Amino acid sequence: MAKISMIVNGNPVNANVDPRTLLVQFLRENLRLTGTHVGCDTSQCGACVVHLDGKAVKSCTTLAVMADGHEVKTIEGLASDGAPLHPMQEAFREHHGLQCGFCTPGMIMTAVDLVHRKGHDLSDEVIREELEGNLCRCTGYQNIVASIAAGAKAMAKLDLA
Amino acid sequence: MYEFKYHRPGTVRQAANLLVKNEDAKLIAGGHTLVPVMKQRLASPPHLVDLSHIEGLDTIEMKGRSLVIGATAKHAEVANSAVVGEAIPALAELAGMIGDPAVRHRGTIGGSLANNDPTADYPAAVLALGATIVTNKRRLKAEEYFQGLFTTALEADEIITKVMFPLPKKAAYVKFRNQASRYALVGVFVAKRPSDVRVAVTGAGSDGVFRVTAFEEALKKRFSHKVLDGIAVPADGLNSDLHGSAEYRAHLIGVLTRRAVEAANAKD
Repeated sequence: MAKISMIVNGNPVNANVDPRTLLVQFLRENLRLTGTHVGCDTSQCGACVVHLDGKAVKSCTTLAVMADGHEVKTIEGLASDGAPLHPMQEAFREHHGLQCGFCTPGMIMTAVDLVHRKGHDLSDEVIREELEGNLCRCTGYQNIVASIAAGAKAMAKLDLA
Repeated sequence: MYEFKYHRPGTVRQAANLLVKNEDAKLIAGGHTLVPVMKQRLASPPHLVDLSHIEGLDTIEMKGRSLVIGATAKHAEVANSAVVGEAIPALAELAGMIGDPAVRHRGTIGGSLANNDPTADYPAAVLALGATIVTNKRRLKAEEYFQGLFTTALEADEIITKVMFPLPKKAAYVKFRNQASRYALVGVFVAKRPSDVRVAVTGAGSDGVFRVTAFEEALKKRFSHKVLDGIAVPADGLNSDLHGSAEYRAHLIGVLTRRAVEAANAKD
């Protein structure tokens, strides 16, 4: 077993885990943060995307021990229970950016990372290129792209980098 | 995934000692090849030595006339580095084409080179640019480093610390992606160096990355895509699978080399 400690959604977390525990397993099974999904389990679909030290990563391909001493943010960390949704979440709701919703947490975490890196004024072309690592089987992406463009602008208004 | 013991050394020397002490230990940095392979139980190292917390191992800098990239520099860091963009823009572009944004936040240049996947992008750049792989023991020239599918000159307790790239006069990388996996079906890196021209191909060879000397000789005389007319790449030794036949890959090598030469010339 390996002792790990990290900050998850702003809260310090300590645990004793088997070193082969994936970060996504640790988040879902130890911390019960089940908003992060396991889709393909082969680092292709992006349903498991979380932020590690502020950058989007695939938590199905990251060992929990490798995140020891680091900071993790999951979809649950974007807006607390009962509080207004994060503007990117609100944009997905408003623009119907989801159907079954399975890929949505990963889409939103990827989208927020994209805004951090490329700013608030995102062309459809850039958004589509940047979604290379996130698969959706329902929507055909059209409304996801529209949601991200709107969410990026809304984040600027709220001064969310 | 099978059980393993996890080690987090603070220095390259400690990491090397762990490799010596623990037989069949594997190095991990970003884990974006090793973790999937372990999940499929194609690898089951009893020890993992994590290089990702060794300070200074990810430095990107110019040293004299060489661009030096630390082994644990991530693809996104190489892609966005102003130093790389200034020195060898084609290398920054290549790094920005690997995987997807989340993969680029974790995968490292050292990991890619140590694995030497026959469809990986970095081997083409390293071979075409004539880079030197620096390890904790020695310096290896690209030509001696790559030794076939997933095979390199690295010894069991050897660790890549950095890669030194001499600056080319012109260079470009063009990749034709597999439509599903987005890996290189064929990728061609062309480098016009002060003394010669090199054309390195990834994705196509059944023995990994290789150079196309017939193209190199023609391009050395005149660096224009026109000189490649009439020179065919033989299909012998190229991969043939459901994604494309050896003949198709041979054809793509010609097409992509022409595009790469044009792209390199367009950068002036």
